[in-house]
Amino acid sequence: MPETLTVRDAYVLGGNRIPFARLGGPYAGISNQDMLTAALEGLVARFGLQGERLGEVAGGAVLKLAGDLNLTRESALGTPLDPRTPAIDLSKACTTGLETVLHVSNRIRLGQIDSAIACGVDSASDSPIEVTPRLRRILHRVSAAKRPADRLRALAALRPGDLAPVPPRNAEPRTGMSMGEHQAVTTAQWGITRQAQDELALASHRNLAASYASGFQDDLVTGYRGLGRDQNLRADSSLEKLAGLKPVFGTSNPAVAEPTMTAGNSTPLSDGASAVLLGTREWAAERGLTPLARVVDARTAAVDFAHGEEGLLMAPAYAVPELLDAHGLGLQDLDLLEIHEAFASTVLATLAAWESEEFCRTRLGRDRALGAIDRDRLNVHGSSLAAGHPFAATGGRIVAALAKELHRRARETGRTQRGLVSVCAAGGQGTVALLESDGK
Amino acid sequence: MSTDTYSRLVRTAPGAMIARRLGLPRPERLLRREDRPQPVLDPVVVLGRSSGAGTIARLLLDWGADVHRRPDDLQKIGTVVAVLDEVTHPGELGEILLPLAGAMRSLRPGARVVTISRPAGTQDAARDAARGGVEGFVRSLAHEMRRGGTANGILVADEVPLDAPAVVGALRFLLSARSAFVDGQFLHVDAAGTESAHDRPLSGRTALVTGAARGIGAAIARTLHADGARLVLLDVPAAGTELARLANDLRAVPLQLDVTAADAGDRLVTALRQRGLQLDVVVHNAGITRDKLFANMTPERWDPVIGVNIAAPLALHRALLEAGAPGTAEAVLGERPRVVCLASTSGIAGNRGQTNYAASKAGMVAVVRSMAQDLAPFGGTANAVAPGFIETDMTARIPAVQREIARRVNSLQQGGLPVDVAETVAFLASDPAGGLRGDTVRVCGQNIVGK
Repeated sequence: MPETLTVRDAYVLGGNRIPFARLGGPYAGISNQDMLTAALEGLVARFGLQGERLGEVAGGAVLKLAGDLNLTRESALGTPLDPRTPAIDLSKACTTGLETVLHVSNRIRLGQIDSAIACGVDSASDSPIEVTPRLRRILHRVSAAKRPADRLRALAALRPGDLAPVPPRNAEPRTGMSMGEHQAVTTAQWGITRQAQDELALASHRNLAASYASGFQDDLVTGYRGLGRDQNLRADSSLEKLAGLKPVFGTSNPAVAEPTMTAGNSTPLSDGASAVLLGTREWAAERGLTPLARVVDARTAAVDFAHGEEGLLMAPAYAVPELLDAHGLGLQDLDLLEIHEAFASTVLATLAAWESEEFCRTRLGRDRALGAIDRDRLNVHGSSLAAGHPFAATGGRIVAALAKELHRRARETGRTQRGLVSVCAAGGQGTVALLESDGK
Repeated sequence: MSTDTYSRLVRTAPGAMIARRLGLPRPERLLRREDRPQPVLDPVVVLGRSSGAGTIARLLLDWGADVHRRPDDLQKIGTVVAVLDEVTHPGELGEILLPLAGAMRSLRPGARVVTISRPAGTQDAARDAARGGVEGFVRSLAHEMRRGGTANGILVADEVPLDAPAVVGALRFLLSARSAFVDGQFLHVDAAGTESAHDRPLSGRTALVTGAARGIGAAIARTLHADGARLVLLDVPAAGTELARLANDLRAVPLQLDVTAADAGDRLVTALRQRGLQLDVVVHNAGITRDKLFANMTPERWDPVIGVNIAAPLALHRALLEAGAPGTAEAVLGERPRVVCLASTSGIAGNRGQTNYAASKAGMVAVVRSMAQDLAPFGGTANAVAPGFIETDMTARIPAVQREIARRVNSLQQGGLPVDVAETVAFLASDPAGGLRGDTVRVCGQNIVGK
């Protein structure tokens, strides 16, 4: 082991994902492993990684079947990568994808590895279904029984009700409220209007549609199962159409006087997978690959949503200022911001918090507000509202697209470009990261 | 999908007996490259007494073939090359060709008969009659060939010597198992062409294949890869994963692009430049069908077929040429570019219910002639391949009876395989094929419709 460790830079070299599909859509019945393998295969093909032995493949899924113990390793084995490439499964709700990027870039920065793939996959259509705790106990007793008679006796305890499957609950275990219900409260507290949410949703669709039309997505997405682009994308969406939708969250909550969250300004449940290739500058140069953006730094935060101290999805509002402070930066120093659109109002509430002098003083302990940001720097190629949000695949989608855009702009302007990634997650958590490109 | 059920059945002993009794067709299993890797099926008989015949005989000897100048005393014959380059009167044809008549029953399964002659149009009536006569002879003989044997011809322009690389390349192709489903056809050699290695003729060349994810496109990609080419594989985004898998297999560059997009040419040029690639070979394979009787034809069925099959190749061709003069630094086309377009026998003979498809494919036959002119200044050329009935996912959707008829109405009594089309594409992509300019080669087992 070397006497002293030198920290070196980790770069995003590119990415690949399969188009995101809606729950029960073209990927219904397709396993996480199949989707993740496809995303990795596309990445291998795009960057000519056949037979390469990478430092690590880190990946994960939020809705993970018990049988998918080694999901990432099994998926990587299904690709033409050198089978001696190690893999790890990680999980942290919706920030899983971003966390895998940070995990491997930290390993690259510490000199442990030179190259890696960070990836993630989720299928809302193939989510795990469990048996009831009573049935599980009975089945364990049956398999432990030594004599047929004991086995029969154990089985005799079975009641019809035990056989009903238990689907995963889309609710916070500590509050029993769904994510949408939580956000509805936050939305109301911050006074985020329906109009503002619909406008943000519309911008997301328009930006993503434009990025497909301009060819920006050509080397970020690989079609899968006959789907060439994100199924949820509505290029012809309009404010009128969005305004016509009925609210779906906060409709029966007394804390929400006027529900504003609809299927149009909330992200749908989705299926999909994404992958990001990372490496050192030297590793990239040896293969003729372009380092798109450096992974500069990251922070995580969590909030006490369980006692109602803060909104469930507000953790990034705390993590971002901490990250910026560490680098002596303000919001205005960011050239691009990628704030994951769990709900349109999540983004708007976060922005409102940073603009609020009171929030910044009392919650963040600062002497004034962080300020406002230019909307034309926000989610410039669309985000989850348009693309969909297969939980663990979202981080990879954002990082690859942001790195590509930062690099493009740095080339164009001759100026270093900084980009922020902010992802909120279930359990009141959030992960944020800073990327930077010098265009070289 | 290697063979159809009927063909498999009649190759069994009881199946063969029933078919013989009922006079049903008994298609021979055609030998492909893996079945018969040697360039020539021995023994070889070279007919003709011209100096050109001597040249061809020496050439075949150089390939290691067992060459004879007369069919007499040979129990079995694998290959017959009839050299008719100096005929001046139809009366001379019999002298050269008739020795073959008695030897027809000695031809081995998968035998090859190839004529080498000069095109008519010399203003000398007797000479033209003789030269033109060769065509009728070959097309009829091809119908009479049995057990997977084929008859084809090479028409060599007067100014091109018979030992020119293009003639050698064409002959080598027609004598090899690569031309298994090419029957009753003529290759038109108009220029000398350039030599290439026999074993990996596309080594060092970069080829683009459109519509590469599946079917004939994937077979073309695999064949070009086997011939040594580096590949750029293009298909629509929806076929992205299939494309990526093939690209991984062949270590190729995948490119997802809708060729009908308004800026498809620009995107292609940009993608090639980003990767520092110059194309030596372009295969315009992407194609679709939207069959309907013309009485029921709508713009929804007509326009996409024209758009994908003919308008897109035209636009891509223009964009590739406009990027820079082939072979120069800024160009995306390399030196001696070869363009191969996929036409169809439907485009040549017409096909009920395929007015839109036939219009697009007949367009391909015509367009390669002008593309060849565009490319001539750069030592390049363009040619087309016109498949007949080929066993693919697309033809598997044809109703059963119609499909069964379609695959029997050719001299070989069977559908071809995607690899048959791919082999002809690979030949046309090779350096020697530079002698073919704007030609269309049918890969149809001598389908009874059209020429």
